[in-house]
Amino acid sequence: MTRIDWLAIAPELVVAGTLLVVLAVDLFLPRERKYYVAALAVLGTTLAMVPVILMAVAGDSYSMFDGSYVVDQFALVLKGVFLVAGYLVLLISVSYVESDRFYQGEYYLLLLSSLLGSMVLTSGRDLVVLFVALELTTGPLFLLAGWRKGDLRSNEASLKFFIIGVLSTGLMLYGMSLLFGLTGELSFAGIREAIASAGLASEPVLGLAVLLILVGFGFKVSAVPFHFWAPDTYQGSPPPVTAYLSVSSKLAGFVAMLVVIYLALPAVTEFWGPALWLMAAASMTVANLSALRQTHLIRLLAYSSVAQAGFMLVPFAGAAIADDGLAEGLGATVIYLVIYAVMNLGAFAVVIAGGRRIGSYEISEWRGLGSYAPRQGVMLAVFFLSLAGLPPLAGWFAKFVMFRAILISTGPAGVWLAVIAAVNAVVAFYYYARVVKSAWFDKAPDVIPEDTEAGPTGPLNLAVGVSLVVVLVVGAFPAIATFFGDAAAALVP
Amino acid sequence: MELFEIWALSLIVFLPLAGALVALAIPKEREEAVKLWALGVSGVTLILAVIVAARFDFGAAGRFQFEVDLPWIGAIGANYHIGVDGISLPLLVLSALVVVLCVIYSWKHWDEPHNPRGFLVLMLILATGMNGTFVALDLVLFFIFFELVLLPMYFMIGIWGDRTMRKIPGFKKEVETRLYAAIKFFIFTLFGSAFMLLGFLALYFKSGSGGLDPTFDIPELIGRGFLFEGTFAWLVFGAMFLGFAVKVPMWPFHTWLPDAHTAAPTVGSVLLAAILLKLGSYAFIRISIPILPETAREWAPFIAVLSVIGIIYGSLACLAQTDVKRLIAFSSVGHMGFVMLGIATLTEVGINAAIIGMVAHGLITGLLFFLAGSMHHRYHTREMSRLGGNLKLMPVLGGILGFTAMASLGLPGLAGFWGEFMALLGSYQPLPGLSTDFFRTAMVIGAIGTVLTAGYMLWMLQKVNLGEPSSEWAGKKFHDVDRYEMIAWVPLIVLIVAVGVYPKLVLGVTTDAVVGLVETAFSSVLGG
Repeated sequence: MTRIDWLAIAPELVVAGTLLVVLAVDLFLPRERKYYVAALAVLGTTLAMVPVILMAVAGDSYSMFDGSYVVDQFALVLKGVFLVAGYLVLLISVSYVESDRFYQGEYYLLLLSSLLGSMVLTSGRDLVVLFVALELTTGPLFLLAGWRKGDLRSNEASLKFFIIGVLSTGLMLYGMSLLFGLTGELSFAGIREAIASAGLASEPVLGLAVLLILVGFGFKVSAVPFHFWAPDTYQGSPPPVTAYLSVSSKLAGFVAMLVVIYLALPAVTEFWGPALWLMAAASMTVANLSALRQTHLIRLLAYSSVAQAGFMLVPFAGAAIADDGLAEGLGATVIYLVIYAVMNLGAFAVVIAGGRRIGSYEISEWRGLGSYAPRQGVMLAVFFLSLAGLPPLAGWFAKFVMFRAILISTGPAGVWLAVIAAVNAVVAFYYYARVVKSAWFDKAPDVIPEDTEAGPTGPLNLAVGVSLVVVLVVGAFPAIATFFGDAAAALVP
Repeated sequence: MELFEIWALSLIVFLPLAGALVALAIPKEREEAVKLWALGVSGVTLILAVIVAARFDFGAAGRFQFEVDLPWIGAIGANYHIGVDGISLPLLVLSALVVVLCVIYSWKHWDEPHNPRGFLVLMLILATGMNGTFVALDLVLFFIFFELVLLPMYFMIGIWGDRTMRKIPGFKKEVETRLYAAIKFFIFTLFGSAFMLLGFLALYFKSGSGGLDPTFDIPELIGRGFLFEGTFAWLVFGAMFLGFAVKVPMWPFHTWLPDAHTAAPTVGSVLLAAILLKLGSYAFIRISIPILPETAREWAPFIAVLSVIGIIYGSLACLAQTDVKRLIAFSSVGHMGFVMLGIATLTEVGINAAIIGMVAHGLITGLLFFLAGSMHHRYHTREMSRLGGNLKLMPVLGGILGFTAMASLGLPGLAGFWGEFMALLGSYQPLPGLSTDFFRTAMVIGAIGTVLTAGYMLWMLQKVNLGEPSSEWAGKKFHDVDRYEMIAWVPLIVLIVAVGVYPKLVLGVTTDAVVGLVETAFSSVLGG
């Protein structure tokens, strides 16, 4: 069936159109009005939400290009998440990019390209679409990470990210080619059937293929032991780019992992189950212990994002162990992704806002923030404690469904992972609380940092406000989040 | 169903939270308005709690009343299920009362850095958490409220807490007491409650075996107790035990308590002692024992041992203290030991003892912390070696301190007596199947504990209240009990006497519920 359903690809078309308009308009804008392109980009992402919502409400499902491109509830939910995340990152970027006199047009162009890639990714149902979309997502980020050209740290960030990105892509591609060679199929459904009908489940080469693909994804989601690029890249990149890296880029890795594992490889749990169990346990433990020693806020958030990736991997392990765990695991990961995206962006927005005023990301320099800027102090506490998973902030529910998804299996492997996760949740609280402690319990410095006037702050405040509302409302009424989880879980065949 | 029946409990729980949000809208400078608002909100909450108590059907105290059961998170089967029975009602009223008294007390007593609005907002959020825990009948809801109390208390200790520098073993530099205490309090409790949550989830999944829908509903889970057995039940009990025992706190999980109490501002200490500690022991009675009765019997001797160690250890530790507030904090370890000993007997007498012990401890230790705070406010020290002759300097305050200390050491006729006495009585004849010799030994050791309690309380009184004031205070004029203190303390004093003289005030409410609980849980051993 080669008929193209225009409504189904309308969100991608809108983003692609915005991207081109941004490129063209930027050429004709005088330097002092370059930030108009930001408004255009924000407008574009908002518009792209319309078809997504329309299709989600109608409950439609579209399949195009011989099933390679599918727009179902799973895809719509994640397109929505990517759009909201992109929207928030754009808002966070405006004042930063404006105040540093960046190449604004190109900045938004690249950000939108990456967003486009991740939106295509959610619909990709064969290896080729998946691969191209994943590369479109990460490719622009190599450039964005090095956007502060004169800054050595930024150069380092970009270079490290690039080398690791290429390496992981190579490994992943090798795994994919093995998978294709074994099964002769590119589509996930085809691979699944081929494994079942040809009895490949015990084929060692299949195991190798799965492992190589997982290593590739491990780099993308920055899970231990493939995480070591993350702290340096996060610290060196411009903070709004870091926010995007820690949310959208990580989400893209997870989405790819979700579709490959749950659509193509549900039958061979013995290949990916133990590997992901180990990755989850290692990510949580190593990242949390490293985070305890960080003094730089962005580095702290980098390790926190590695640890959170570990928590997100836990439901995969549960899905592998439990008899009927696939739908549960998928739903739990998606709920975690949705909540994590919003609270982490909120945290970044507050950190960037505070960083502009304080002029430093050293935690000790943030002392007494609550006494001279109580509103910012409260926001900081809300988002960091939500990341820690404390009720009644939204983070608790992400942790809750994660525990639920692993405990659905009654075996010792599940219980042990749950215990490891529980201990890690407590350890993680300590370093999140350190930031809160510095802002609220420590005495303010003698010279209170002045509020800087450079660049518009409205968009940044809007980003904080939106995230705050979501964190509070979802925390009190988690049924909203389960709605997303249920819709996405329909993916499981 | 009447409108009041449906809304009463929800209002008691969420009115303080709504009040806190509104208080944020009042400008920070208008302190009087904030205080009046907080008083009004907590006052209305108390009135509602009293009306609930008045309309409570005491003939059916074993049944949940004012019940509301609405869907909340459909996908995971968690409901908004709340209700009170004879076990939770006294604690709910106590919690509502103590919050009002704390608001009144803090009218003129503020610790640095002042900021009444922030403090009162935290106190109101805390009230929502405490009241909610006592009425929650769904494990997820219970978990949320149980955790909700952590944040406000963390900020109370961390911001308004004690600023003196202290050398803490394991730290290179001296740290401020409040910083160390706040994070310690949080990490300990969070560690426990993370495992508690795992236990809850395990119960949930297990309750779904045999073709039933899995559930978080506490009454429903009690009915499905037969599903939980063997190693599974043992582990789940252990996981929940960690969560509850840290909160109580039982020896050896108690070490956060002296630090938190010493560092907390006066009102924080009062709330911590009077209500927060009860959340743990209440959870044993509400969740652990009725849902896992068979496992509770296996764990009972272990709990009894820890309780008795707690009693003796707490008393001995008191004798080694020089700081009056720290002494009261350690006395809590001992008193909660009696409460847990009562629970460990698994008998009607023992569990009744635990509840009346909780109420009494809430009244008495709450008042003791008020007194300690007021003394510190005047002397600017809590070192007992520098205090002395308090009775001469401030006769009224000294008198109340003497009275409360007597109540605390379990003087017959005052509230503290019944909890200790009945806990020991319960240990004489524990639940059939539990070793009588074992529990009688526990009883004897516990009895020695009461003597030690009397010892350190009298020792404290002698050091602080009696004798001649030290020359340090010569010529200084001390303001005796002021109006706000009086208003805050008199209700506690009256209740201490009332419960002491007429324990039926509490036992009359609880007995039916406790009897029902024990008979349902242990029908196999009691019937045979």
